[in-house]
Amino acid sequence: MVSYALSRIGRAAITLLLIVTAAFVILRLTGDPAIIILGPDAPPAAYEAFRRNWGLDEPILVQYLAYFGAVAEGDLGRSMRDGRDAIEVVGERIPLTLALTLPALAFNLALGLGAGVAAALNRNSWIDRAIMAVSVMGFTVPSFVMGLTLSLIFAVKLRWLPAGGAESWEHAILPVVTMGLIGAAIIARFTRSAMLEVLGQPYIRTASAKGVPWRRVILGHALPNAAIPTLTIIGFMVGSLVAGAVVVESIFSWPGVGRLLVSAVANRDLAVVQTILLLIGFTMVLANLAVDLAYGWIDPRLRAGRAAPAK
Amino acid sequence: MTETSSAPASAPVSASVFTPKSRVRAFFEAWPPLILLALAWIAAMLLLAAFGDLVAPADYMAMDLRARLAPPVGMGGDWAHPLGTDELGRDVLSRLIASIRISLTIAFLATLVSAVLGVSLGFLAAYFRGKAEQAILMLVDAQAAMPFMIIALAVLAFLGNSLTLFTLLMGFYGWERIARIARGLAIAAQEQGYASAARDLGASPWRVYGRHILPNIASTLLVSMTLNFPEVILLESGLSFLGLGVQPPETSLGAMVGYGRDYIQSAPWIMLAPSAAIVLTTLCISLIGDWLRDILDPTLS
Repeated sequence: MVSYALSRIGRAAITLLLIVTAAFVILRLTGDPAIIILGPDAPPAAYEAFRRNWGLDEPILVQYLAYFGAVAEGDLGRSMRDGRDAIEVVGERIPLTLALTLPALAFNLALGLGAGVAAALNRNSWIDRAIMAVSVMGFTVPSFVMGLTLSLIFAVKLRWLPAGGAESWEHAILPVVTMGLIGAAIIARFTRSAMLEVLGQPYIRTASAKGVPWRRVILGHALPNAAIPTLTIIGFMVGSLVAGAVVVESIFSWPGVGRLLVSAVANRDLAVVQTILLLIGFTMVLANLAVDLAYGWIDPRLRAGRAAPAK
Repeated sequence: MTETSSAPASAPVSASVFTPKSRVRAFFEAWPPLILLALAWIAAMLLLAAFGDLVAPADYMAMDLRARLAPPVGMGGDWAHPLGTDELGRDVLSRLIASIRISLTIAFLATLVSAVLGVSLGFLAAYFRGKAEQAILMLVDAQAAMPFMIIALAVLAFLGNSLTLFTLLMGFYGWERIARIARGLAIAAQEQGYASAARDLGASPWRVYGRHILPNIASTLLVSMTLNFPEVILLESGLSFLGLGVQPPETSLGAMVGYGRDYIQSAPWIMLAPSAAIVLTTLCISLIGDWLRDILDPTLS
């Protein structure tokens, strides 16, 4: 288990290194970083200070190392719009985005896992068909169409819920449901096929043949095994939640990181874009690391270091 | 049935266990009705994209300020504007046709780019193995670890936007999946008789990969390209919806939804027509992709 965990942590560190390097390369490719980070209208003294601070007169390798130092210290430049530190501008939006994405993830999992297992246990019945027909939606309805449709029904026509803003918890309902429904559809499909695969295995037949009650076969034998491939998709869900937050926050005027990213891209506020890019990269790497470690916890074969994860 | 005439008259005609399927039934088994509908919808979209100008009631940029926010037929409108008009009095049907053309063209070109990129890198990895393969696989993993939408937003912020750049950027979507598939298939194909035979006859790597291996794995690649296509449509429309993709005066399905959302209360048709087009088109292509996979690729269940 320890060597498995160490190898995963090593891989995560390499990916982080790649992400920071990519940010460095992109930043250098697009021109003078002083102008890019500070904007074209900064006073000349600010450029001077910035170049000295970031060591832009040094050789590129030294600059590269200095860039790592700056990232580690959280010195990611200033927002062009209000001159505050980019990391501060982004940081104050993070709780608002978590307020949407965490409930959405819980909603995703509860609905998606439940529906997927229900579909698999009732294979080829009308329940299965209905769940699968609805879940096609998750692949074909874009989040902005889903969000606007919900907004049209519940905010514009029925006037039950507010259409935008972040004043109360009621404002969070439509965005969370929008993100949750789409993710749940994807999880349901994966859970269903993972369950069906497991239910066809010999050990399930053995368990029922030796007289284990069906409930225990499902809870004790089928679900833990089906959880292994399903975990992979949950790691992937974090990525799609982040991308979904960008769109959904914009639809519902929710002042989180996603909406900040859209306005920063539109205004070319590059220090903020860079900060968000690094933030999301770090989040993704940590999420994938958590999934990998959870694999080791769920799958005893991995803990013993005997076999590769069942994909 | 020519044998029936030579058979004894006493033999009952139904003696044979074999009952031939009617032609209609055989046809619908080979072409399920749902797939036929999906194919018909896609064909209609392609025809609209190619010859839409002949059907469009007006120029998609022509404004008619006296007929602003006119409702569509069925909601109190008339046939001058079958799907109504927008806030500048532009005909929604004509804009829809122009949007379908742009969105499909971008998705098609982007899928081609990502296929070329993915297949090239996958083949390079399969041919060189060793360090080159490791480097390519690391790129594949890094790409898969980051949501593409975020990368696309960052690139648009740093490099600015133009239709060419945007299309090219969309072409980077999904290359890693195609590269992974192409590499796996090419490694398997290298071991097969035909590839080593071609090599032993002195064919260059270009020839072995381009003329022998590629045609043999084309059907699987085609399926993954088909499944890539609707995802590019969703990505492009998402970015255009945010106002960061296709820029005015050009229009795309997502861009239409994006400005239509300001009129969600007074003129929901501006946003509903392109939304329906996006959902139906991606749904139909996904259905066709799954169907193609079942037919062309017996290795995938």
